[in-house]
Amino acid sequence: MEGERIVAQRKKNSVSRRRVLQGAAAAAGTLPLIHVPRAFAAEESIGNWPEGAKGESVFVGVTVPLTGPYSADGHDLQKGYEIAFEHLNEGGGLVPHVPSLHGKKGVLGKKLVYKIADTQTQPNPAVQAQTTFITQDKAIMITGCLASNTAIALEKLAQRYRVLNMVGCSGANETTGVDCQKYAFRSQPSAYMAARALVPALAKAIGKNKKSIYLVPDYAYGHSVEHSTGEFTEKALGWKSLGSQVCPVGTTDYSSYLLNIANSGADVFVNVAFGNDAVASCKQAKQFGILDKMKMIVPNISAFQGQELGPEIMGGVYGTLDFWWTLAETNAMAKVFVDTFYAKYKYRPNWPAHIAYTQMMVWADAVTRAKTFDPRKVIAELEAGHKLQMPLGEVWYRKEDHQQVRAVPVVVGKTKAQMRNDEDFFQIVNLTPGPEVMPPDFLGCKMPTSA
Amino acid sequence: MISWPLFFSQVFNGLTLGALLVLVAMGLTIVFGTLGVVNFAHGALYGLGAYAGYVAYGYTNSFVVAMAAGALCLLIVGIIIERGLIRLYYQRPAEDQILVTFGVAIILVEGMRAAFGGLARNIPAPSWAAGIVNLHVTLYPTYRIDVLAIVSASLVLLYFVLYRTRLGLIVRAGIEDQLMVNILGINVTRTFLTVFALGAMAAGFAGVINAPIVTVTPDMGADILVQSFVVVVIGGVGSFWGAVVGGLIAGEILALTAMIQPAYSQVMLFAAMALVLILRPQGLFGVEGRQ
Repeated sequence: MEGERIVAQRKKNSVSRRRVLQGAAAAAGTLPLIHVPRAFAAEESIGNWPEGAKGESVFVGVTVPLTGPYSADGHDLQKGYEIAFEHLNEGGGLVPHVPSLHGKKGVLGKKLVYKIADTQTQPNPAVQAQTTFITQDKAIMITGCLASNTAIALEKLAQRYRVLNMVGCSGANETTGVDCQKYAFRSQPSAYMAARALVPALAKAIGKNKKSIYLVPDYAYGHSVEHSTGEFTEKALGWKSLGSQVCPVGTTDYSSYLLNIANSGADVFVNVAFGNDAVASCKQAKQFGILDKMKMIVPNISAFQGQELGPEIMGGVYGTLDFWWTLAETNAMAKVFVDTFYAKYKYRPNWPAHIAYTQMMVWADAVTRAKTFDPRKVIAELEAGHKLQMPLGEVWYRKEDHQQVRAVPVVVGKTKAQMRNDEDFFQIVNLTPGPEVMPPDFLGCKMPTSA
Repeated sequence: MISWPLFFSQVFNGLTLGALLVLVAMGLTIVFGTLGVVNFAHGALYGLGAYAGYVAYGYTNSFVVAMAAGALCLLIVGIIIERGLIRLYYQRPAEDQILVTFGVAIILVEGMRAAFGGLARNIPAPSWAAGIVNLHVTLYPTYRIDVLAIVSASLVLLYFVLYRTRLGLIVRAGIEDQLMVNILGINVTRTFLTVFALGAMAAGFAGVINAPIVTVTPDMGADILVQSFVVVVIGGVGSFWGAVVGGLIAGEILALTAMIQPAYSQVMLFAAMALVLILRPQGLFGVEGRQ
């Protein structure tokens, strides 16, 4: 405790010192600018700009997991990108509904070209592919990933090359917390936001003073979700955590972890496993009788979890989703997105597709308003907090941590009898407004002032 | 947190985990022992068996038919792969064999993904094995207990083939000394074909048996392939009893470490393998100098 206090005190001091230095640097920095012609300063190249934006098209590097345990979600993410590129290049879908993009084809008159590479649900192939996209294809922006370890690795890569990174799917706090980067922007709710949004629904559905136990995939995302969910359920609901079962990503047989959980005496089973791992672990939890004696919650539900497990297992399970298609019934933008996606792919988009699609729209809007692909100007535009209507309602970025402020849908799994069609797996119980769940302390992010 | 009921449940669970590993490792070790080929496609064959079972189950709703389909389909696939590819590699260096089987694995896995997509598929446990048994120390899925019986029966059958038939004699002789078997005028080519096809069949059968427990995905063989290699190393290449004992040891290590410190269960498995490699490089039941 004493140590923590000292660290906190030091952080406080360092922030104030930093501010003083920044003020001084800014004051000193403006002096020479008075004598430098503006045009010259603006043309100074950075990353792949302006070289990557000289032709008739600009290149965007996309990496998604097409193989490995997160591949099902990855294919949805891929489709989200494909339809976004199509709409941006041809002026379809949401493009006419975004004021800055209305009536336009391409971005700043340039066609978007892209390549999609497979991450194999691992950071290394993602970094390799994006490095090629940046160095050989002169990517003006990179995007896409479906695991926080990959997201963080790509953020650092983008920062090193000074190329803008619109992060794909990533739920760990670190992505816009201690590992935040000037060149990276994340739209998915962090574990902190998801946990905070989930608590009121849990209070109503499960109640206070329960004992909980966690199944945690062993990487940044898993530990982040366990930490934040544990913190909020303890503070707000008086829940006591009996510990966690940490398992590797890609585990197929969860029996030994589940036996520990079955014998723990917990009331609530918090399943943090993701993708195929979530499907296998939920299915096996049912086989071990755990779901009959404990309430299961899934803080961050995977894209196809409802479909793969069915209402027999997911019925009554609480969790959060980045997006759920029934928002189309109340939001006109969501309707356009869901309808155009459905027309092309014959199923309703899941949340990875939503992240891909809206991240592309938000980026195109920022570039258009900045009137340049210069990442410094685009970052400034994104940081300005301009509010944009998207399928979740109004969204904007915070300049302090580059986390999108956006609504967080809290959902409960429907039973078979409640389902209106074969994709109607979840009911939105709460569309928590973004500003209510944002971390006030930026989770350790120290964002530099200049790009 | 560790109580006697939990301890006994984990020991029992280690047994069923191990039984499944034995089944997968058995095919691997006999193919390696006889043909000298490290079959990196074994995990993919296991996955392919599960998909064959999944398709058969979809048409018939019968788990028994699914098991038969998984085994038969992979027997045929095994024959095709051996005749079409692997036989060309018997005289090539081990690196080539590893690369070619690895390539086969990639083609099979991506083929499955192209045909079935990345979504997890499900073969439900058969009706005669559905539900949960109260073992007094814990609740345990009925199907996992039945798997113990299925695996035991398969091993008895395999033991009979290996130790009581002419084919088994040749296979065992081949494992001991391939050259001598050749000199004695035995048609090794046909034996190799049979062994490889039987190995593939065992993998496919294991895939269907495992499907109701895990989920059927194109990558389902990756996890178990690595663990099965550990089993072969612990037990010793080409040894029937090595695979049995190695599998059970691996299952118990996974279960009991998970009871104490879940994050370390995989690590301990590899630590055990390293220990065996240091103290008894040929494996617990292996014979030194076997190729």
